Amino acid sequence: MKVLVPVKRVVDYNVKVRVKSDQTGVDIANVKMSMNPFDEIAVEEATRLKEKGGATEVVAVSCGVAQCQETLRTAMAIGADRGILVQTDAELQPLAVAKLLKGLVDKEQPQLVILGKQAIDDDANQTGQMLAALLDWPQATFASKVEVADGNVTVTREVDGGLETVKLKLPAIVTTDLRLNEPRYVTLPNIMKAKKKQLDTVTPQDLGVDPAPRLKTLKVSEPPARKAGIKVEDVATLVDKLKNEAKVL
Amino acid sequence: MTTLVIAEHDNAQLKGATLNTIAAAAKLGGDVHVLVAGSNAKAVAEQAAAAAGVAKVLLADAPQLADGLAENLAAQVLAVASNYSHILFPATASGKNVAPRVAAKLDVAQISDIIGVESADTFQRPIYAGNAIATVQSGDAVKVITVRTTGFDAVAATGGSAAVEALEAVADSGLSSFVGREVAKSDRPELAGARVVVSGGRGLGSAENFKILDPLADKLGAALGASRAAVDAGYAPNDWQVGQTGKIVAPQLYVAVGISGAIQHLAGMKDSKVIVAINKDAEAPIFGVADYGLVGDLFQVVPELANAL
Repeated sequence: MKVLVPVKRVVDYNVKVRVKSDQTGVDIANVKMSMNPFDEIAVEEATRLKEKGGATEVVAVSCGVAQCQETLRTAMAIGADRGILVQTDAELQPLAVAKLLKGLVDKEQPQLVILGKQAIDDDANQTGQMLAALLDWPQATFASKVEVADGNVTVTREVDGGLETVKLKLPAIVTTDLRLNEPRYVTLPNIMKAKKKQLDTVTPQDLGVDPAPRLKTLKVSEPPARKAGIKVEDVATLVDKLKNEAKVL
Repeated sequence: MTTLVIAEHDNAQLKGATLNTIAAAAKLGGDVHVLVAGSNAKAVAEQAAAAAGVAKVLLADAPQLADGLAENLAAQVLAVASNYSHILFPATASGKNVAPRVAAKLDVAQISDIIGVESADTFQRPIYAGNAIATVQSGDAVKVITVRTTGFDAVAATGGSAAVEALEAVADSGLSSFVGREVAKSDRPELAGARVVVSGGRGLGSAENFKILDPLADKLGAALGASRAAVDAGYAPNDWQVGQTGKIVAPQLYVAVGISGAIQHLAGMKDSKVIVAINKDAEAPIFGVADYGLVGDLFQVVPELANAL
């Protein structure tokens, strides 16, 4: 079974982004970029499936600028066998990415696609579901446990109020939640090996997809700032403030 | 222009998140219809019909709709989608699961987690863990949207008198099946809709120590929450997690106990009306957003606070 794992290059999760003063976006020049944390979990899960014998090949794919190659190399250092970059400088929104991924799925014919549940930059949480819709495949989002057997994948999902388990017919789409696994550290020898793995580049035109954005961003602004708070000395003062000043008790 | 709101429910009870979503729908102008897709869900349809501002309720009732499987629920929405200019889901686990599937089938962009409606085609939504607010405009014929429930005050659950219309249920897709559910039992208010939330972090040290929050939560009638660190360490169940990747809450009062205040946690609670932080580290980032901060040992302060209430 072949597994496809889409990965996204995003601003590192530790960076506190700043809104540009002209309100056209956030300033990501010269900030540290990394693989989206949920996608690391997806690559790890695919690699574990391969190590258990459930998968034969893991293909990492990324859509975006040339630097996404670094993200693909990271995926290959974790355990992906090869990488495909859909290279474009266009602004990519989830629907466009889902269409590009559908193009790759049609070519590569994987049985399972594992994506992160959301990217920490646009916080959209859409791409996996959209890809499932375009392919008419079943989906299991927010996975905390994945088991492949007998042409099915059984997935435990994190939902409001607890967990639920669904069984999907393969081929299928799974999106990862935080607690699916703990991604391994990439070691230097594996980083070196990853440099030798195959990395192909295609364009949206090759896949017959128009990646133009559908949503227009009119402006990006700072969230309203909270007014500075105070430190109180003791519990009695705190209770008094909550009762008489904030009036929330 | 008519808006369809997809109801969130458990086949017996309409979930509160639906009422917030109806409020967002009302801001668009135009009629608001509610779709209840479920199994033996007549009671839910009646509750939806009683919500203020609802003009019509569509009820699709069939066993294959019982568990909200994305494939079947999306197909049910698509069956009526052509009648609507806007299709709104609450931004809950269920809404986030289904809305993008509907949007992709309609070949339209989906707009996630809106917190404001500027006009029928322009919306505000947080990006980068809430560190920026994007105003986006959709040129698509149908707007498929998920609504951040804390961004809109719920409409009244009573006072409406909409008609309930039965809808033919779509066939089972056969692609997926429901296996089971493990629901965490709790007598406390639901985290996402609670008026007061008491959350614990890594500073609690163990699952056993987390119980120190119980008397305080009892006194305040509060829901319990947790930071990712506390959940990952096994101190609290996963569905208590407040933050960018957990629940987004905006209660009247949020009490953060032993939580340092990472960006990802703040994303889930910084719209709370009043924030109280209890932490022994005076430099913890949580004090940067707290209205009232108390530097001290939580194992002393928390019981003392519970007693003082």
